[in-house]
Amino acid sequence: MTAQYLPVLMITLGALGFMAVMLGINSLLGTKRKHEQMPKIMLEPFECGSPPLQTDNRRRTAVKYYLVAILFVMFDLETVLLYPWAVLYKELGLFGLVELLVFMISLVVGLAYAWRKGALEWR
Amino acid sequence: MNTAFLVVSFMNLAFVLGLLLNLGGLLTWVERKQGAVMANRIGANRAYIPVPVGRDPNGAGGFKWSKRFTLMGLFHAITDGIKMLTKENFTPPFVDTFVYNLAVWFSAVPVLVTFAVVPFGGPFQPGVMMSEVLTMVGMTGAAASVGGFFGDGVYHMQLANLNVGLLFIFAIGSTGIFSAALAGWSSGNKFSLLGALRSSSQMISYEVFMGISVLGLLVVYGTVDFNEMAQLQQQTWFGVIPKWGVLLQPHMFFVFMTALMAENKRVPFDMPEAESELVAGYFTEYTSMKMGLFMMAEFLEIAVIAGIMTTMFFGAYHIPGVVAATDAMHWAMHPELTPVNAIFGAEVPHALVVVLRVGAFLFKLIFFCWLQILIRWTLPKFRYDQVMKLGWKYMLPLSIVNVIATAAFMYVLGGM
Repeated sequence: MTAQYLPVLMITLGALGFMAVMLGINSLLGTKRKHEQMPKIMLEPFECGSPPLQTDNRRRTAVKYYLVAILFVMFDLETVLLYPWAVLYKELGLFGLVELLVFMISLVVGLAYAWRKGALEWR
Repeated sequence: MNTAFLVVSFMNLAFVLGLLLNLGGLLTWVERKQGAVMANRIGANRAYIPVPVGRDPNGAGGFKWSKRFTLMGLFHAITDGIKMLTKENFTPPFVDTFVYNLAVWFSAVPVLVTFAVVPFGGPFQPGVMMSEVLTMVGMTGAAASVGGFFGDGVYHMQLANLNVGLLFIFAIGSTGIFSAALAGWSSGNKFSLLGALRSSSQMISYEVFMGISVLGLLVVYGTVDFNEMAQLQQQTWFGVIPKWGVLLQPHMFFVFMTALMAENKRVPFDMPEAESELVAGYFTEYTSMKMGLFMMAEFLEIAVIAGIMTTMFFGAYHIPGVVAATDAMHWAMHPELTPVNAIFGAEVPHALVVVLRVGAFLFKLIFFCWLQILIRWTLPKFRYDQVMKLGWKYMLPLSIVNVIATAAFMYVLGGM
């Protein structure tokens, strides 16, 4: 039955409406200036008040963040599979317990490998 | 679906939005005042409203003004709003305009939407409740028509009664990462970029064990539906001790709370906004109400976290010792346990039951808001490597061990 999801749409619209009202009032009441009328310092990226070294700041970043993202994919997407198991565990009994152990061993082996390889160290 | 369902949904929507937005505003004051009290400062006390108390004895026709009417600094929440609404809404020339503006919308909307599945009161019969109230006031005619409109249909004091409950929260709540990541990347500022990287990597790290830590509790409950969880927690051991989640899995209460607080990126975990290092992190380049909405989202999230903790671990709207009869349609409370029964006899009016339940939920909600701000002003912030180490090397193995141990324990006991 999809009627239960109707209130989700309602609160989404309510939240979007709230944001729109807040931003709308702000653009009505706030000072309005063109970029040419602003002091030059306002148009630079903020850098503690010192002149910026370069204007393009979208730069390459450390690879360790990428590693965290890969680990996230590995663990989080696999744990999603555990929710149906958790809900049905009381009916599954011993079969459920054995299945959990098999699943968890594979997960823990992955974690141990990442740990051993130093993927969890933050250097 | 019928008209009555729509009317009840609108009532729930008004309650939820009113509650959250007011709490969001009030918490900005609570944050400052509680911090001031804890640090033995006077704190927020500047904003005031002048009140005329009579004629000025010296001037002709002027007013004599009272002393500054500050109301413990409560007006600061209002002055903040006025200030942010009247500031210049300024988009710097070096940002990616579309993504920069899109990120603002991702900040508060997912937070508000996650509250849709939190039950703030039990099942209720709006027709019975309203006709009771109207009869008490003396409007018998209106009572009959309202009662006729709703009939004796049972609705939930929960915006959306979804059977996916917790999964909905994880699904919608994780889109909050978009706001940090997009805002930081599009700003074209080094501080923003670093803040975005830090916050997204912190949030996804803590999401991993946030999901695993509650699995033990889900095994015990056998459901992810928040409404069913709330009803299961009304059961008791020996008729006295409520089967609240915090008593079933006390250790996971701390782990889950840690995960949720890390998701909120507030002080012990405020890596993305480390003021001494990164100015304001991923929203350094935002001004006026755009920045205000990022701040507001944080305070709204405090309230939402409090709601989730209350529902999963602290019995939702359940008052300990006050047990609704097992027959859900019969609104008598447990006669021998309840002091209110002494006043109203065996059968308590339905309207009072509803009020008491919502009151109990709000009490717990505000307690958890207070607790989070207490933690925020007590603990110093962690270093970034400490945060990652805590998540991956302590909380995640602990959660995995807990799932296996709970499952084995449940199997040995043969269900609880």
